[in-house]
Amino acid sequence: MSMSKRPEKAKPVLAAERAAAEVAAARTGAVRTGAGQGVTLMPDPLDEDLMVLNMGPQHPSTHGVLRLLLELEGETVRTVKPDVGYLHTGIEKTSEYKTFTQDIVMYDRLDYLAPMSNNLVYCLAVEKLMEVDVPPRAQYLRVLLVELTRLASHLVWLGTHALDLAAMSVFLYCFREREIILDIFEMVSGARMMSSYFRIGGLHDDVPAHFNEAVQNILNIMPARIDEYEGLLTKNPIFQERTQGVGVISPQQAIAWGVTGPSLRGSGFNWDLRKAQPYSSYQDFQFDVPLGSHGDVYDRYLVRIEEMRQSVKIVQQALDRMPDGPVITSNRKVSPPPRHELADSMESLIHHFKLWTEGFKAPEGEIYMGIESPRGEVGVYLQGNGTAKPGRVHFRAPSFANLQAMPGMCKGAMVADLVAIIGSIDIVLGDVDR
Amino acid sequence: MIEFLIEAVIKSAIIVLVLLTSFAYITWLERKVLARMQARIGPNRAAPFGLLLPLADGIKLIFKEDTTPLEADKFVYLLAPILAAVPAFIIFAVIPIGDTITLFGRTITLYLTDLNVGLLFIFSITSIGVYGIALAGWSSSNKYALLGGLRATAQMISYELPFSLSVVGVLMMVGSFSLVDIVKAQNSIWFVILQPVAFVIFMICAAAEVNRSPFDLPEAEQELTAGYHTEYSGMKFALFYAAEYIKIVAMSALAVVLFFGGWQGPPIPLIGSIPIIWFVIKVFIFLFAFIWVRATLPRFRYDQLMSLGWKVLLPLALANVVITAIAIVLRDLR
Repeated sequence: MSMSKRPEKAKPVLAAERAAAEVAAARTGAVRTGAGQGVTLMPDPLDEDLMVLNMGPQHPSTHGVLRLLLELEGETVRTVKPDVGYLHTGIEKTSEYKTFTQDIVMYDRLDYLAPMSNNLVYCLAVEKLMEVDVPPRAQYLRVLLVELTRLASHLVWLGTHALDLAAMSVFLYCFREREIILDIFEMVSGARMMSSYFRIGGLHDDVPAHFNEAVQNILNIMPARIDEYEGLLTKNPIFQERTQGVGVISPQQAIAWGVTGPSLRGSGFNWDLRKAQPYSSYQDFQFDVPLGSHGDVYDRYLVRIEEMRQSVKIVQQALDRMPDGPVITSNRKVSPPPRHELADSMESLIHHFKLWTEGFKAPEGEIYMGIESPRGEVGVYLQGNGTAKPGRVHFRAPSFANLQAMPGMCKGAMVADLVAIIGSIDIVLGDVDR
Repeated sequence: MIEFLIEAVIKSAIIVLVLLTSFAYITWLERKVLARMQARIGPNRAAPFGLLLPLADGIKLIFKEDTTPLEADKFVYLLAPILAAVPAFIIFAVIPIGDTITLFGRTITLYLTDLNVGLLFIFSITSIGVYGIALAGWSSSNKYALLGGLRATAQMISYELPFSLSVVGVLMMVGSFSLVDIVKAQNSIWFVILQPVAFVIFMICAAAEVNRSPFDLPEAEQELTAGYHTEYSGMKFALFYAAEYIKIVAMSALAVVLFFGGWQGPPIPLIGSIPIIWFVIKVFIFLFAFIWVRATLPRFRYDQLMSLGWKVLLPLALANVVITAIAIVLRDLR
């Protein structure tokens, strides 16, 4: 009697049993993540009309390794659960083990479609922390390159977005133009995508000889090419039917979810950090901030298309009014002495050596810096702890915040709308997972 | 009797061989034309202009491992590609590519048979092809494939009615289902001029029939990875592919026969009047148009296709039939 009253010891769960349980769960329709992050969907087993579909992480239209758990009723989507983390790189943590200058290289890999924007926000943050001034030429060149980045990034967005809706030619036209922009990046930095061209206090080096001609070339061809893309899509009745009234988000909802960038402006809320909190001399440039009114996929499309035209305008202004002068600060605390000094000056040589081996020490303190990347507000929260390495780096990634709003946009959508919506919020999974 | 049999067998063999070759080279043509439209080069490795690429594709597909999902319905899984491909070939039994030629002192008709219900035969046969797609989606035991199969079914219901109705106008003017009669009735004027609305409806439905852009919903790769043939590989996959492209040829040929005067046309300078040259030229123009559309248009959504079929095309096709009927009555009164 007493034996039976003893509490039974919990059985050790064997790996095999757990696997069997998972198989059984899979049979009954419950889906578990491989990584065990706990994103599951348990449909009502008595409801025969619902089907659970695991879209991704390997799927042609989830723009990387996004995984969506869908509950479908026929083709109508009942619930969407995004599952992220498949591209986690640990870049934020790794940053704490490298000097401020070394860190720049890693941030190209976050939002790999807008590397210059990531570089810029980080450099601005460190400059704010270190109270370093950037010479005007460097500021203008940064604006020029960041706007070219916006152009290149929007070209990838437009191409993939159109491809998701099966307008395949637009994709190749966009990449044709993007190639020209990447050639300019290669010209200045030696790398097409992972440019790492910005330095704390300015730029790595001045732009090469034929830079102006190359930029003018893309500026000359771009407006006509944008017309070409628009000719295939904007007035196309099929494209309009596929995008108008799909994935609607109100400005209130968008703000509540922390949506920024073109996805927010598509809902009609005027918030562009280039205007609201100008950085890197954006106040010197004339440009308009396009706004949508319906907050649907089509308006987000129109906003981005117009942004491309505005970027062309900004780059033209930067090119025309490019000031002369140095491209990196003369503050020797963060920038190395010029090459020619190393030959004659022992002090310069030692300083140069120390900068590259130890880096510079940042004061204690914490700052936040946000800029308008092609996807929205990309921000850096930076902690200085008195050493040459950051105490903490955190990126406020626009893709992550925008992705959160996606399930809300998908209410009552169909499977085909899902890919349109994912395309319209323009996520980069490297930016989401970090 | 024996002579007739031999002639029919030879003709059938030629049709099948020509179709298989044309299928292979239409894939080449599509890649090349698409590439040119999209600022690319296209196939250029296997032989000059990539001309041997279809051959390389064929060899690859034959030697590729032919997998079957563990939980698939094996028999239906095997049956589906056959059901999809065979009807595509059968359509050509009644399509006339020319009138008659004289070879070795015999008068040979350039069609396998002149069925007196030719058009009805074509519509019934093409409907069978959809079973192949729907069953493939159902038997694969794959959710994407299932959705693709379901889409194919919904698509068929939506376009079959306007598709059939679009040709009724032509039938009323000719008074015969025979395709040879239809071609001969266009001796003086092509039906595309007399029946422009019917032609437009016919072409839209033909694109839906062959699952071509902008109606390629059952295999929408951006949404359903590969749709109904997600699980297929090797020659079974090739059969689906063949079915699609041969149906494109069939629909192009049908459009030429119904609306563009079939094999008829003026003699060409230098070449003279080769019996089937006009037919081939016209079919190629349609093939090109199919490829062009694919390079240009986005894809419809499932519900939009259905509303297009039921709310736009069907009433239009019906109105076209009524107007044609009135016009015929008025003509006969005079």
